[in-house]
Amino acid sequence: MDLSTTYLGLQLKNPLVPSSSPLMRNRDDIRRLEDAGAAAIVLHSLFEEQITHETQTLDKYLTHGVESFSEALSYFPEAEEYAIGPDAYLEHIQWAKRNIDIPVIASLNGVSTGGWIRYAKEMQSAGADALELNVYYLPTDPTLSGAEVEQIYLDILKDVKSSVTIPVAMKLNPYFSAMANMAKRLSDAGADGLVLFNRFYQPDLDPETLEVVPNLALSTSDELRLPLRWIAILYGRVQADLALTTGVHNVEDILKGLMAGAKITMLASELLKNGTGRVADLLADLETWLIDHEYESVVQMRGSLSQINCAEPAAFERANYTRILNSFVPNGS
Amino acid sequence: MKKEMITIDGNEAAARVAHRINEVIAIYPITPSSPMGEWADQYSAQGQTNIWGSIPMVVEMQAEGGAAGAVHGALQAGAFTTTFTASQGLLLMIPNMYKIAGELTTTVFHIAARSVAGQALSIFGDHSDVMAARNTGFGLLASNSIQEVTDFALISSAATLEARVPFLHFFDGFRTSHEINKSEALGDDILRAMMSDELLHAHRARGLTPDKPVIRGTAQNPDVFFQARESANPYYLAAPGIVQKAMDKFAELTGRQYHLFDYVGAPDAERVIVMMGSGAETAAATVEHLAAQGEKVGLLKVRLYRPFDMSAFISALPVTVKSIAALDRTKEPGSTGEPLYLDLVSSISESFAEGTAPFAIPPRVIGGRYGLSSKEFTPGMAKAVLDELAKPKPKNHFTIGIHDDVTHTSLEWDAAFDIEPDDIVRAVFYGLGADGTVGANKNSIKIIGEDTDNYAQAYFVYDSKKSGAVTVSHLRFGPNPIEAPYLIESASFVACHQFTFLERMDVLTQAKEGAIFLLNSPYSEDEVWSKLPKSTQQTIIKKKLRFYVVDGYQVASETKMGRRINTIMQTCFFALSGVLPTDEAIAAIKNAIKKTYSKRGEAVVAQNYAAVDAALAHLHQVKVPAAATSSFERPALIPDFAPEFIKNVTGRIIGREGDLLPVSALPVDGTYPTGTTKWEKRNVTTEIPAWNSDICIQCGKCVFVCPHAVIREKIYDSALLADAPATFKSTEARFKEFKEMSYTLQVAPEDCTGCRLCVEVCPVKDKSQPKFKAINMVPQLPLRQTEKENWDFFLGLPQVDRTSIPLNQVKYSQLLEPLFEFSGACAGCGETPYLKLMSQLFGDRAIIANATGCSSIFGGNLPTTPWSQNADGRGPAWSNSLFEDNAEFGFGMRVALDQREEAATNLLRELREQVGHQLTDAILYAEQVDETEIQAQRGRVGELKMRLQEALREGASENPALSAKMNNLLSMADILVTKSVWIVGGDGWAYDIGYGGLDHVLASGRNVNVLVMDTEVYSNTGGQMSKATPRAAVAKFAAAGKPMPKKDLGMLAMSYGNIYVARIAFGANDAQTIKAFMEAEAYDGPSLIVAYAHCIAHGYDLQYGLDQQKGAVETGYWPLYRYNPDRESQGLNPFQLDSRAPKRPLEEYIYREGRYNMLTKSHPERAAKLLKLAKADTAKRWEIHAKLAENKNGN
Repeated sequence: MDLSTTYLGLQLKNPLVPSSSPLMRNRDDIRRLEDAGAAAIVLHSLFEEQITHETQTLDKYLTHGVESFSEALSYFPEAEEYAIGPDAYLEHIQWAKRNIDIPVIASLNGVSTGGWIRYAKEMQSAGADALELNVYYLPTDPTLSGAEVEQIYLDILKDVKSSVTIPVAMKLNPYFSAMANMAKRLSDAGADGLVLFNRFYQPDLDPETLEVVPNLALSTSDELRLPLRWIAILYGRVQADLALTTGVHNVEDILKGLMAGAKITMLASELLKNGTGRVADLLADLETWLIDHEYESVVQMRGSLSQINCAEPAAFERANYTRILNSFVPNGS
Repeated sequence: MKKEMITIDGNEAAARVAHRINEVIAIYPITPSSPMGEWADQYSAQGQTNIWGSIPMVVEMQAEGGAAGAVHGALQAGAFTTTFTASQGLLLMIPNMYKIAGELTTTVFHIAARSVAGQALSIFGDHSDVMAARNTGFGLLASNSIQEVTDFALISSAATLEARVPFLHFFDGFRTSHEINKSEALGDDILRAMMSDELLHAHRARGLTPDKPVIRGTAQNPDVFFQARESANPYYLAAPGIVQKAMDKFAELTGRQYHLFDYVGAPDAERVIVMMGSGAETAAATVEHLAAQGEKVGLLKVRLYRPFDMSAFISALPVTVKSIAALDRTKEPGSTGEPLYLDLVSSISESFAEGTAPFAIPPRVIGGRYGLSSKEFTPGMAKAVLDELAKPKPKNHFTIGIHDDVTHTSLEWDAAFDIEPDDIVRAVFYGLGADGTVGANKNSIKIIGEDTDNYAQAYFVYDSKKSGAVTVSHLRFGPNPIEAPYLIESASFVACHQFTFLERMDVLTQAKEGAIFLLNSPYSEDEVWSKLPKSTQQTIIKKKLRFYVVDGYQVASETKMGRRINTIMQTCFFALSGVLPTDEAIAAIKNAIKKTYSKRGEAVVAQNYAAVDAALAHLHQVKVPAAATSSFERPALIPDFAPEFIKNVTGRIIGREGDLLPVSALPVDGTYPTGTTKWEKRNVTTEIPAWNSDICIQCGKCVFVCPHAVIREKIYDSALLADAPATFKSTEARFKEFKEMSYTLQVAPEDCTGCRLCVEVCPVKDKSQPKFKAINMVPQLPLRQTEKENWDFFLGLPQVDRTSIPLNQVKYSQLLEPLFEFSGACAGCGETPYLKLMSQLFGDRAIIANATGCSSIFGGNLPTTPWSQNADGRGPAWSNSLFEDNAEFGFGMRVALDQREEAATNLLRELREQVGHQLTDAILYAEQVDETEIQAQRGRVGELKMRLQEALREGASENPALSAKMNNLLSMADILVTKSVWIVGGDGWAYDIGYGGLDHVLASGRNVNVLVMDTEVYSNTGGQMSKATPRAAVAKFAAAGKPMPKKDLGMLAMSYGNIYVARIAFGANDAQTIKAFMEAEAYDGPSLIVAYAHCIAHGYDLQYGLDQQKGAVETGYWPLYRYNPDRESQGLNPFQLDSRAPKRPLEEYIYREGRYNMLTKSHPERAAKLLKLAKADTAKRWEIHAKLAENKNGN
């Protein structure tokens, strides 16, 4: 059975790629993922904001209360150096390249133009096979227009593309008012891949304590349908490779993603919940399913249920909505 | 070879040499010598080797006595070993020093010489400590400047190797240990040339080894001890020559020639000062100045004080000398004179007796004391001494630098006498500790010293308060070496980095005519003039100052620097002072920023760069009007209605006039009134809490946690509100015992430090806007005056009757008056809430023994102290003995009280007839457990005293024996009311230096209460590791994280079985904290409370201190428990576990603190390893505690 696929110009042995998650911080887990058959890995994100925060925090720790009182002019020994900034991340890429054979995709979340460019270049130098730009950006400023937000994405992409030679994928959120247009513009601007979709962590509210509480819930298969729809719509309409992330938990989810048009399907919550060994299980399930259903390769099914290939293109559009409403029958009627 | 010039302080200078020429360094932190050990530890942690290629081992011991023992042992095992210490620390080393010297062991101890505590502790510099050690057999070599510290650190080490006489190499604490000055570094080549390998090998060969066994340290009998003691004489006789030989060799290598005694001044001088230490540099400059004008004056600097070479001394004096003044920086009460004076007298006397005196006439020798506790020694004072020598009958045993109106020892001096050349630029900066002024000035002086050809000097004067600390920086620079170890009195540049200082002090006293005055001002160049007090305006006009303003905080805010205005003000200083062209200065500042901050990350560097770039655009000159126009003045520091002592003494110290107080103004025995912090209104915060009476539930938690007792609550009769100020807030009391009464929560606006703990702890949220609580931070300035009036009114309201409320509940306990208020502790301090609570519960009958450390400094450092009194004049009586003996000190108090109580009881029994049976029995058999019973006993004792006085008046005196008994009982009747002895201190005392004594006192069974405020580190001396430091935390001497687990003090105490032990954390469980205090005090035996105290040395903003306490408890790191032996008699398990099983991982707690978190940045892999071990420690600790709690019936 030919499970191979390509993504961002990289030849992958199968379409299962563990996406950016905390698992990637642990070298043993990375090794386990490769052993389980992962086709590539996307490392956890390097957050420019976090580097800045860590720097400022460390500085605060070291300067808090100093040079005030004659008996205690400082409170901590000064270390010769601190592993702060991108060095640890870059070293992690280098380690991965030395120790695993599958492609390593680095993930970057910048803040400043300088930061995007600099860290992208450093990731390339460290040996990353490709970059995923994790534009985790929530435009809360009411004076910022949609057009301006879109331009921010395009500018980041252009800046990074003009700075590196390795392929670049954009990880997007689903909140663009014209998703298809945005995807096309990014593709046209040189994005080698589009990763659909990023999940914004949704804070919760606690009525007892009157507090906004952070809430980090793992995804479920139910969340698959949002990226599934958009991949199906975009397949064949944009040049960039499409990757599906969010909601991939079982073989059916993978099959749906591939049939919608994704070149790869990405996993995070499933692995966090049930362990890295799930990659091997899912690959086995995928292979069994393909054999049972007499497929020859995964390429064969790619995009088969996309909007342009499926029997009912309108099912992905508004008509679908009205039909569902019409089909809804209240209990007891 | 090009000379390497460095701009460093004396401690660093000593450490740079000592680390390279020693193999073992054993230390214990003590101000002002601590940085020497810290530097050495840092060098070793960075892998720096000594000149023989090995990394010196730096070990921190539990006490100076321990450090000396470790040094002795290391020396006996053949390692070339050193230590660094000062003051009491040196005194603790003395027993070992006799041994080390008696065994002719080569070593050098480097000493930042400091006052020894007498009538008071002082961290500042004089020679009391080294003089107390002068009879140990150690040689004494004095350095007078930073350059000499470098040079003599080496010369003494080279000499000891050859002489086999050990040396104390000493220099003045703070004035030299902390002064930064440009000096020449010594390369390894010079060190190698001075330190003989052959002699080192000989030292090593004398070390103990089973391969060539000897015995040393025998016990000797009367037959031989004396002779053996004399057997070392040849070594002492040879030592001065060996030191001179080392000095000569050093001169060949460096060009700097020193002698045992170095003379400065007129070759034909008739009047000569003899002295050592930094003051000698001032005297030298003064002598040269006067000699240049033809005066026949001179100075003899004593380098090698022990062994004292009489002939070298005599021959170093000019033969023309007629009168000599020996200046000693120490005091030896009762002696015929101070040590140097006595040595001079005997040297000159012997020279005449032996016919070797070269002098035309026998010179007259007088002795004087100067500079105790870093008292200034200025050119004017040196001149006064020389002038005194010119008198026909000069005053002997004089003092200089103070005004002695009691025994009239002091000489007058001309404070305006100024010898500083015009080419020295002098700049003074007033800043806050928190604004980074000192750090910026340290960078500035390094820039000037190392990036220009200028010589540069910096010295910093710090506050005695830890919150809102004022710093004054004194910077000098110029084309020639700067040898002026005294504060700047006449400055060409004065900067005031805090606008609010203008209302608290005269920052322009040092400004000379035409000087530049730079003010950090929220007001523009057009607005600022009208905001200045009238006298400030007048000074600016009179002195023709060039006045500039910059809104440093605006720039800091724009460049995300927060409250740190350091680089902004520094840039303005360089631009205005003109020491460098502005572009070059900015480049140099940026370079310094990069050096300081780059390893912390680029964002910090970029922020500072931005601040530098933005600064000059905000710098503006103020057009000074011709006349002062202000209608307001600086407010009086002390109100007129304050007691005389406060106005005349305390107030003047607060007003920076302490130096002017005469001897008669000060108590003779170190006894001061309590409750004086209330007179010092410091206004150190820009924000204070404001109470929302509508939503407050009156839980008292904000009052409980307030570290400075600035939030108080009272319940009172509503009728009293008739006289309340218009803005005074009040609401109905929500206490079932006080129905229809009024309740007020009041903030002391001028005493608050703005820590925010009160807001953090407040459990109430506004239902519509939950960001607001029942107490919220608001700007202080607009509220200051009205809240001040409200506070004064509030203080006048009556206190709740202590007998009417249950003291063991948080809500009620906070109605009790705190008798510990407005201390100088850090904003957000985690120790003071415990002390305050103790004062509320037991303060009116407490005697406190306080170990040296943070709590003794914020508890007892002048000018004002926080332990206070209630309206009856009762309150805690407090004293500090030492660091190491606090448990024993408190124990002594207990024994005295017990003895007196027994004596009083016996007397009362004997006087039963006179006193009356009923009253006698009532007193003798009174229960004194709760507040009602104690107050009743107080009433009975009052009655007893009245009856005794009456009886005495009515004729008992006719029977002398009876009268004596009555008087005797009268003098101690108060002891019949129960007293509460509290022994308090930090972990450095309890876990380390004082542990032996603490253990003994706990084991004694006496009724003492021990409160250990555990910050897990030596907080007061700057964060050195203690045995309370937890595994995985970074501390000084544990730069790579402490590898060993924390000692469990509570468990150790519990093992006795008869000691009450509690582990508490008020931020996690205030109710348990109160219970523990109540039970510990009630327990008729020794009690130990180990209290978690969050601390500035943990590396985070202390407003989150309570969260961290919760974290410590909820992760199982700090299980809360009470072990009460009394429960056993009730058939109950004495151990009660008061916290629940861990529900959060340890890292959630620890990585919110810099002390743990920074290890993940500096040593990530080790951090992971230590985290694993720390988690195992925590799990194991929990398991043990849970096991102890399982047994329900006490069997």
